[in-house]
Amino acid sequence: MNRNGIFFWIGTALFLGAALLMTQVIGNQYPFFAGYVILQFMVLAVAWSILGGYAGYVNFGTSAFFGMGVYTAVFLFKSFGAPLAAQIAAAAAVGAVMGFALGLLTLRMQGIFFSIATIALTIVIETSITNWRYVGGAAGIQLQRPLVTEPFNNYVQMLFFVQALLVVLAVAISRYIQNSWMGRGLQALKDDELAAECTGVPTLRLKLMACVISGALMCAAGAPAAMYLQYADPSSAFNLNYSVSVLAMSLIGGTAHWAGPVVGAILLGTTQQLLTVTISSEVNVLVLGMMLVVFVVAAPEGIIGLIRKVRRNRNGGEA
Amino acid sequence: MMPPEPQAPLLRISALTKRFGGFTALDSVSVDIRPGERFGLIGPNGSGKTTLINCISGAFRTEAGTVVFRDEDITRLQPHMRTRRGIARSFQIPRPFRSMTVAENLMVALDFAANELASVAHRRETMMSILTRMGLASKANVSATKLSQVELRKMELARAMATHPKLLISDEAMAGLSSSEVDEVLDLLMSLADQDITIIMIEHIMQAVMRFSDRVMCLDAGKIIAIGTPTEVMANQRVQEAYLGT
Repeated sequence: MNRNGIFFWIGTALFLGAALLMTQVIGNQYPFFAGYVILQFMVLAVAWSILGGYAGYVNFGTSAFFGMGVYTAVFLFKSFGAPLAAQIAAAAAVGAVMGFALGLLTLRMQGIFFSIATIALTIVIETSITNWRYVGGAAGIQLQRPLVTEPFNNYVQMLFFVQALLVVLAVAISRYIQNSWMGRGLQALKDDELAAECTGVPTLRLKLMACVISGALMCAAGAPAAMYLQYADPSSAFNLNYSVSVLAMSLIGGTAHWAGPVVGAILLGTTQQLLTVTISSEVNVLVLGMMLVVFVVAAPEGIIGLIRKVRRNRNGGEA
Repeated sequence: MMPPEPQAPLLRISALTKRFGGFTALDSVSVDIRPGERFGLIGPNGSGKTTLINCISGAFRTEAGTVVFRDEDITRLQPHMRTRRGIARSFQIPRPFRSMTVAENLMVALDFAANELASVAHRRETMMSILTRMGLASKANVSATKLSQVELRKMELARAMATHPKLLISDEAMAGLSSSEVDEVLDLLMSLADQDITIIMIEHIMQAVMRFSDRVMCLDAGKIIAIGTPTEVMANQRVQEAYLGT
């Protein structure tokens, strides 16, 4: 393992340690409620970037994957009383299958056509769930949380830590992809699909893999939301806001590096939480929109792109 | 597997037809390319040269006919499968991976197309030796967007070389270059041909075609109008008509 790798794993260990420590020391529940949402967006944004950032295929279907995660958990919990870990694992499997199907059907389309197809996916799935009485239909479904597992003394704290684990998983996968042959292949096909094919890159297979991994992570991120809210209904689980927020977080953070969506999700997620408490949750959308406009104009490659540029200029100045 | 006979063609194109809507871009084209050959492909603009290349490399699906490479029918294979079997190409308008450096452009080829499971260190070595041969060693860590036209052309050839091709197709690699640059690229192609790489060269610059080719084929309106030694083809009445438009 090189030096970067060691720093990375020390960083993740510290992050998980801090998350665990928080659950043991902090008594106030609010930080966990808010922190959970931010962590959830970190997973979603990192997962989104695997397809949207590395491969350049803009997916508006985040809410479809997220919602399917929620409802996989709801179904398993209602039918079998499945434990949280099983809910998440099953959601990941469902997300992978969904990603594969979506990829097969749509990845031959390029650019905007792919994006539109992903919006259609959200609508189709939401409509199906709305008409499925067993999981509550349009009215939604109430869920009773089971008893919390040791060492946690509160269910939300546990969900907070579980979501932190998912963040580490998502980031580790994204980082691995970026540094591997797969990342290089995705980057090549993002630049030029025909040239990539003619250089030996199996573009369709790579795009499918990215879609499967991205879908699995998004669905997994959605699964704990059922227990977090103790309630699920189609219009909030499949809310298009997830798609828009995640897209904005990734783009604002920068998609060329795995850290971009992490930074974007922390920045925007925190802002959203602060605004919700101080002003109102409706202002979120406004602020999101304005930040997106500012970044698209001033820093199209996001915060990561901005940092790189500054660094390059500084190095250039010395040389 | 039997070794191919000495005279067996490396690439056999039989009755290849490609239509775009009602327009027939290639009309039943058949030609054999021999192993080790330096093959020039000429013809006026719109005669189907690049279309033929696209059909060989797999970018286009054909309506009829077959492409057989080293005794294997590759007509229905995706482009990357053909690249892995040893067909590499450059593009008429260079298509570098813009977000990457020159070295990374080559690493894509080495990661995906080169068959042997070489170590990272070995692949870097291969990359540097190709870049050195192409005269691009000093540009290894330069972004592909910062290259000059001639450097871009060379990088495209270098990237194609990194896939370990048996057949290299150069699509107007010299277009828009100065005469000294043309010689530079031509010398490069010549040196590659000396290493058992069969080369199909599309070119408008006649001196280059004449100097380079063992055999020349001239296309016009999707049909072969002449094929033979460079002097034979140049002397051909129909070739002169196609070029001079009489």
